[in-house]
Amino acid sequence: MNKKVVVIGGGIAGMESSAHLAALGYEVTLLEKTDKLGGHLLNWEKLFPTMRMGKEVVTFLNEGVEKGKVNVIYNAEILNTKEIMNGFSITLNNNIVLESDAILVTTGYDLFDASKKEEYGFGIYDNVITSAELEEKFMKGEKITTSDGKIPKRIGFVHCVGSRDEKVGNTYCSKVCCVTAVKQSIEIKEHLPETDVYCFYMDLRMYGMHFEALYRESQEKWGVNFVRGRLSEACENMDGSILVKVEDTLAGKPMKMSVDLLVLMVGFEPSLGTKKVGKILNLQFGVNRFFKTQDQHTLTNVSNVKGIFFAGSCTGPKTITNTITDARAAASTIANYLSGHDIHNRIMTSDIKATV
Amino acid sequence: MIFDPFVLPFTIGLLILFFIVFYKFGGWIRKFSSEDKSNLKKALFSKNLFVACKEIFYESLLHRKIFRVNPKLGYMHMSLAFGWFLLIVVGNIETRIHSGREINGPFYPIFFKFFEHNRSTIPFSNFFVFLMDLLLLFVMTGVVLAIFKRFYSKFFGMKSTTKLKIGDKFALYSLWFIFPLRYLAESLSSAVYNTGGFFTGTTGDILGSFLPAADIYYYFWWAYSLALGVFFVSLPFSRYMHIPTEVVLIFIRNAGVVASKQYNTLSEIEVNACPRCGICIDKCQLNTSLDNKKIQPAYFLRDVRFNQVKEEIATDCMLCGRCEEYCPVGIKLNNIRVAKRKDFAVDYIDNYKYLPPDEVAKADVIYFAGCMTHLTPSIKHSMTKILDTAKVSYWFMDEDGSVCCGRPLMMNGKDKMAAELIENNKRKILASGAKIFVTSCPICLKVFGEEYNLGIRVMHHSQYLLQLVKENKLKLNLTDNNIVYHDPCELGRGAGIYEEPRELIKRFNNLVSNEFEKENALCCGGSLGNTKMSHDQRNIIAKDVVLQLTSDNPDILATACPLCKKSFTYKSSVKVMDIAEIVANSISQTEPEKIISRKEALMNA
Amino acid sequence: MIEFGYNIAKDRQIDFDKNDKRISTYVRENEPSFKTCISCGTCTATCSAANFTDFNFRKLQLMVRRGETLEVKEEIKKCMLCGKCYLACPRGVNTRNVIIQINQAIEKIENHDI
Ligand code: SF4
Ligand code: SF4
Ligand code: SF4
Ligand code: SF4
Ligand code: SF4
Repeated sequence: MNKKVVVIGGGIAGMESSAHLAALGYEVTLLEKTDKLGGHLLNWEKLFPTMRMGKEVVTFLNEGVEKGKVNVIYNAEILNTKEIMNGFSITLNNNIVLESDAILVTTGYDLFDASKKEEYGFGIYDNVITSAELEEKFMKGEKITTSDGKIPKRIGFVHCVGSRDEKVGNTYCSKVCCVTAVKQSIEIKEHLPETDVYCFYMDLRMYGMHFEALYRESQEKWGVNFVRGRLSEACENMDGSILVKVEDTLAGKPMKMSVDLLVLMVGFEPSLGTKKVGKILNLQFGVNRFFKTQDQHTLTNVSNVKGIFFAGSCTGPKTITNTITDARAAASTIANYLSGHDIHNRIMTSDIKATV
Repeated sequence: MIFDPFVLPFTIGLLILFFIVFYKFGGWIRKFSSEDKSNLKKALFSKNLFVACKEIFYESLLHRKIFRVNPKLGYMHMSLAFGWFLLIVVGNIETRIHSGREINGPFYPIFFKFFEHNRSTIPFSNFFVFLMDLLLLFVMTGVVLAIFKRFYSKFFGMKSTTKLKIGDKFALYSLWFIFPLRYLAESLSSAVYNTGGFFTGTTGDILGSFLPAADIYYYFWWAYSLALGVFFVSLPFSRYMHIPTEVVLIFIRNAGVVASKQYNTLSEIEVNACPRCGICIDKCQLNTSLDNKKIQPAYFLRDVRFNQVKEEIATDCMLCGRCEEYCPVGIKLNNIRVAKRKDFAVDYIDNYKYLPPDEVAKADVIYFAGCMTHLTPSIKHSMTKILDTAKVSYWFMDEDGSVCCGRPLMMNGKDKMAAELIENNKRKILASGAKIFVTSCPICLKVFGEEYNLGIRVMHHSQYLLQLVKENKLKLNLTDNNIVYHDPCELGRGAGIYEEPRELIKRFNNLVSNEFEKENALCCGGSLGNTKMSHDQRNIIAKDVVLQLTSDNPDILATACPLCKKSFTYKSSVKVMDIAEIVANSISQTEPEKIISRKEALMNA
Repeated sequence: MIEFGYNIAKDRQIDFDKNDKRISTYVRENEPSFKTCISCGTCTATCSAANFTDFNFRKLQLMVRRGETLEVKEEIKKCMLCGKCYLACPRGVNTRNVIIQINQAIEKIENHDI
């Protein structure tokens, strides 16, 4: 009989790892809390750095799931799990009980709730929106306008909202928002060539292949402006435009600037699902509240519980490319484990090596 | 003459004690201003003296305030102080009745049972023997508790007990010995002369059955006298100085001498009146959340007393006032703390010449958001919405950025710098002709109310909003939200405003009560009073507080201070809102007339 | 000597080796969070004083770190100690204590204590 794997979370990581596990010959069940596969990817029109359509990637992932005959359970919620002989028994809502030899957790991330960063005015001023809301407009083909329907003359992008911020309790970098801001700036310019775009950043983290090229393109071809300084606060002007307060640190002076629309680049936070599933499965969380992998270099997919593995951004912010790679790595780690390779003993030896 | 050499340690100790204590008191009295001195003189011959005596009885002997905070600790203090006091009084009566003399040697009543063996000559002798034994037993229970507390303070519900200095050690250990030695001395004497009652007599019988009581009892009287002598001599150098000092303090306060912002004679007396009971340590969140047991008044006042205050101790305090609220001696702890910070503060003059010329608008009401409120714009946004709705004629004084109220500087001992800011703001406020000054920041509130001398009403927005509601200028919708309200330190303990915010909430929502409310409210950890705490430490405090406040799963955690809101927002899964937001959100949407917002009005003009 | 009001030679570069780093050292020791500033400028942007004058707390800190301390004493007096900068700082720098410690360092240097 084939060994069974249950994958929790039908986003990019869950889909791609399911496809690979199925291809390796396991009987795979994929649990998704909504009625659609694809996760956050469903909400993004174009992807950095190539500007290809997000739905093309969704199609690719779907094909893998279908070809592998993965058993997808939609609207699934895990009520509890038990450890049984060499595996797990998982009880879902609607009383389905699943048995599995290994579990892969791919519960992903949520976006930071920008209304908590009150000083940026989201939820208070109409013309402050989040990067996700802007993307939704792109997705739906809506016109980019201010709240009263005017074409914005100037748009500001605020980097690091809810990331790299001790005050909100998220000290990590979310990795994707710098380049997303660049991507969205370019799209704004495509839609509204007359509109000026300003990005307010602390550091521009263009580490991925072609990110730097996109950054350069945004300046060269589209005339996007970059201001090195982190916003302290935003207020509303009489006409509803937004007055941002920032220091232009390179000029060495505080600066006030009015923008007609302010876009907050919201960062990653561990998803609600990550928190819930982690509690049910007794998984360890790291300092940043994402799941803790057993080793930062060598055991990136391995959890503290034997037989449970991680993939995707439930262990920390990742780009789509990174997530897909990570999903495949998790599939192969699980294959190792299920064929009797003692992955936990490897933890022991690598620990010893590290201390020697 | 009734005398024995063993009374000498006691007698000499007592004389030294009297000498030092009167020397100290004399010094203090001399240092008072002439006004205070005349107050004191007047009080000596007025009913104030009677009031003071009553308070001395309640606080110095019965320790009523300690009782209220911690009954076990209260009993311990009371049995020692009141019990000992009664022993002395009853002992004196007994000896007077017996000797027929008004004046006896000071040692005579104390060692009465050594000198007097023939009870039959004393009127009511059985009654006295019984009473004295009962009182001794009473005091002994206190001693046992005190010893117990030193080693096991948790029994008293206290997480900590104070650390000792050398003078304290002498005094403390001799105090521990005084009554057990008296007990043994009297019991052994009783074994020989049968002078004891139910307590010392019985014990004497038992001891006498296996000890050569007649040979040894004399040495116990020596030991008892020595313990007393050591205690008396070390008293002025130990925390027990609080015993005489507290009496004087109560009298001085009743005479109308009030604390000032400077460290003065009254502060010095207060410092000496602290018995280091440790209540402040237990109430302090730096201890309970951060395990910092260095900075609390029990220690800080000791450092002040011995002139060894360190900057990091003086400044590492949130000035939250929890200790002051519960201090049984009623010491103005925040005053002393801030006054001592001045020793370290670098205070300049002429710093803010850059402030622009005043731009003043005429209005009935001034709204001053405060520096911090600019970082919680939903509060100022709500306030302008409310003021517009209620059609108040107001001037948003710091709409384009505040000139700080001066309080943060004052909290750090920089009075001169603060004075400059105060001067600047005051000029503008008075020029506007407003009758009411409303602020959203409790930290500002205090300084505007107490230091500015504006001569107009200074209100926190929670008070003002309640007034608007009462005057029917605001119509609010009922909600079924369960709201727990957090009292900001500066608004509650600082300004005594507990009821207005509650009434405001109660009128339209369900107010949920919490153990940590009103006087017992916790500090959010955001305090401007502390410049030492790290961000992580503040987070721990905020987290602990949120946990306490949201224990009943309310729908909203309400507060009335921008700083509290900021501290809680990222720590709470329950929505955190300022009281102004709650009011703004429930403004009745069915207002017949369209509200013309200030914004529109200005745009039209 | 003729005063031109500015000195070209002095300002051209930071002579880090020669500069006086005592204030920096003192503040680092007494307020360790001083070390974690990333010069993001939030403090300057929000600063109550900077709203009215050319006070720049971020730059001030940077200058202290580089030992360019000549103007620090006069500059720092402009701060109102209001604490907005602390509330906004993404690195949790204890800004108000940085200011207090700089004050004290200057005083100690003047008194030849450090
Ligand atoms: S990727 Fe850029 S915007 Fe996002 S958290 Fe990192 S530095 Fe900030
Ligand atoms: S300051 Fe007050 S509460 Fe603290 S030890 Fe002294 S008397 Fe007790
Ligand atoms: S004021 Fe608050 S922080 Fe300071 S010692 Fe008292 S209880 Fe502790
Ligand atoms: S806000 Fe903090 S990190 Fe940013 S420049 Fe100021 S002190 Fe440095
Ligand atoms: S504390 Fe000083 S530096 Fe910080 S914001 Fe206020 S005025 Fe500016």
